[in-house]
Amino acid sequence: MGSITLEHVNKSFGEHAVIPDASLEIEDGAFVVFVGPSGCGKSTLLRLIAGLEDTSSGLIRLDGEDVTRKGPAQRQLAMVFQSYALYPHMTVRQNIAFPLKMANVDKAVAAEKVAAAARVLNLTDYLDRKPRQLSGGQRQRVAIGRAIVREPKAFLFDEPLSNLDAALRVNMRLEITELHQQLRTTMVYVTHDQVEAMTMADKIVVLNAGRIEQYGTPMELYRSPANRFVAGFIGSPRMNFFEGAAADNYAAFAIGVRPEHLTISREAGEWEGTIGVAEHLGSDTFLHVDVPGAEKLTVRTDGERDFAHGDKVFLTPDPGRIYRFDKDGQALR
Amino acid sequence: MARRVTMQRRLAFTALAWGVALLLFFPILWTILTSFKPEAQAIASPPAIIPDWTLENYLTVQERSDYFRHFLNSVIISLGSTLLALLIAIPAAWAMAFTPTPRTKDILMWMLSTKMMPAVGVLVPMYLMFRDFGLLDTTFGLTIVLTLINLPIVVWMLYTYFREIPVDILEAARMDGAILWKELVYVLVPMAVPGIASTLLLNVILAWNEAFWTINLTASKAAPLTAFISSFSSPQGLFWAKLSAASTLAIAPILVLGWLSQKQLVRGLTFGAVK
Repeated sequence: MGSITLEHVNKSFGEHAVIPDASLEIEDGAFVVFVGPSGCGKSTLLRLIAGLEDTSSGLIRLDGEDVTRKGPAQRQLAMVFQSYALYPHMTVRQNIAFPLKMANVDKAVAAEKVAAAARVLNLTDYLDRKPRQLSGGQRQRVAIGRAIVREPKAFLFDEPLSNLDAALRVNMRLEITELHQQLRTTMVYVTHDQVEAMTMADKIVVLNAGRIEQYGTPMELYRSPANRFVAGFIGSPRMNFFEGAAADNYAAFAIGVRPEHLTISREAGEWEGTIGVAEHLGSDTFLHVDVPGAEKLTVRTDGERDFAHGDKVFLTPDPGRIYRFDKDGQALR
Repeated sequence: MARRVTMQRRLAFTALAWGVALLLFFPILWTILTSFKPEAQAIASPPAIIPDWTLENYLTVQERSDYFRHFLNSVIISLGSTLLALLIAIPAAWAMAFTPTPRTKDILMWMLSTKMMPAVGVLVPMYLMFRDFGLLDTTFGLTIVLTLINLPIVVWMLYTYFREIPVDILEAARMDGAILWKELVYVLVPMAVPGIASTLLLNVILAWNEAFWTINLTASKAAPLTAFISSFSSPQGLFWAKLSAASTLAIAPILVLGWLSQKQLVRGLTFGAVK
C-alpha cells in the first residue's frame, strides 16, 4: 500500500513561499510525474513528501496516516537521487544492503534480497565493485537496487536520468517503466522533461511557480489543458499561440493550435507565411513559418514532404483542435 | 636555452628548500647531537659538531626523574583530549556543515576568536576554578582544558572537510532508514576518514606541545613532558648535555609520529584546496 495525500501543503523560506498551497491525491500503485520548468518547486514538493524538508503548514498522509512530523527514516519511502548518491566507501553489495542493515534485517535474508535485486538489475557481476568503478547507467541501477530492496511504500525519483546520455536515458526510462509494471508500487517521479512525463506517467502533475496547474493523465493534459501554461508545456514541439484579430474570430483573448493540428498547403489556407527553418527529422519535418502579424509558427508535417527555406505556404488549423483562452490564460470550453 | 634556465632554476630552488629546511631543523638537530656529548664537550668553545657519542646523559636523566611517568601523562592528556574533542566536534561540525543557520558563520568566527585571547588573561580564574574543583595536578583536569583549547580548531577543520561531502549522500542514508547516529557512524565518518585522521594527528601534536596550561596547572603527579622539561631546566640548566637529552626524550615520540604521518598530515591540511 502506498497512497500519498497532500492537504494544503505550504513551504516557505522566510517571506518567500516556494509552495504556496498544494493539495494532491496520489492513488496506491500509480506512476505520477511532477513536471515543470526549473525552479517551479517540483523537487521541493518531492522532498516534502520524502521528509527531507519540513512543511511550513498543511498535512502529508501516507496510506491515510499523518506523517507530516515524521523524519525521512520513519516514512518507509525510498528515493533515487539525480546524483545517484551512492556510498562511495561501500561496495555495490553493501550499498544495496544498506537499507536492510538499517532495518536490522537478518543477514541471510538480506543477502538473498540483495542477490535478487542484483539479478533484476543485471548487477550480479558488479556486486563486489566500488561505485567509482561503475558507469553512469550502472550507478543509477545500484541506486534503484538500493531503493527496491526493502520494499518501500513508494519510490521517489528526483530527476534520476538527467546525468545520463541521451541513448542511456531512453533505455533507463523503459527499465523504470517496466519496473513499475512488475512491482506495482507507487512511484513519484520528478523531471523537467515533458517527453519523460508523457511517456512514463499514469498521471502528470504540472507545476508552475509552486502551484499545481493541472493534475491528470497524459492524454487529458494533452487534449484538454486547463490553461495556457499547461497547453504550452505539454506537447512537443510546443503549441502555437495567437492573440488579437486571429483570436477575436474565435471569441477568445488568445487561441492555441498544436503544430500537428495545422495543415500546410502551397495553394490556399487561413494564414499565409514564409518558411524560415525546416528541420527534417526523417519521420517528421518541423517547419518554422513566419506569418505576418503573428509569432513564428511551428508546423509538424510528414517527413517525406519536400519543403525548404523561403517557400511560400498556407496554414489551416483543424477547427476541432483549437484551444481558446481568456485574458487570465484559463481555458474556455 | 630555455631548458638550461629551467634546470638552473630547479637547482636553485632545491638548494633554497634544503637551506630553509636545515635552518628550521637545526635547533632540533643540535639538541639531539648535544644530548650525545659529554658535559665538557657540550659547552666547549668552539663547539664540536660531531659528539663523542655517550648515552650517559640519558641514563642520568632517567635516574634523576621519572621520564616514563611524564611520558604516560603526555599520552593520556593528548590522546584523551583529542578523542574528547572529536566526540564533541563531529556532531558540531555536522550541524554547521549540513544544517547551517544564518548565524553559523558568526559562531564559527567567535569560536576561532577565542584562540586569539591571551591565555595568561584567564590564568587566575582558571587556577581558582581548578583549585576549588580539586582538578589541580590531575590528568583529568588537563584533558578537559586541552579539549576546550583545541576544540575551535578541531571543529573548524572538520567543518571544512564535511563541507566537501555531498549532502545528497547523507539524505540518501536518511531515506534508507538511518537515524542520526547511524548516519554519522556508517556514512559520514567513514567518508571523512582522511579529514578526521589528519585532525586527530594535528590535535595530538598541538596537545603534546601545549606548555602554558600543562606547566601552570600541574605540580608533579599529572605533569606531562612539557612540565618535565621546564622542571629540568632550572636545577640542571647549566648542564646542557643532560638538558638536551631530556628535551630529545620529550620531543622524540611526537617527532616520530609526525614523520610517519607526514603524508596524511599534508593531505589533510590541503584537503579541498587542491582537487
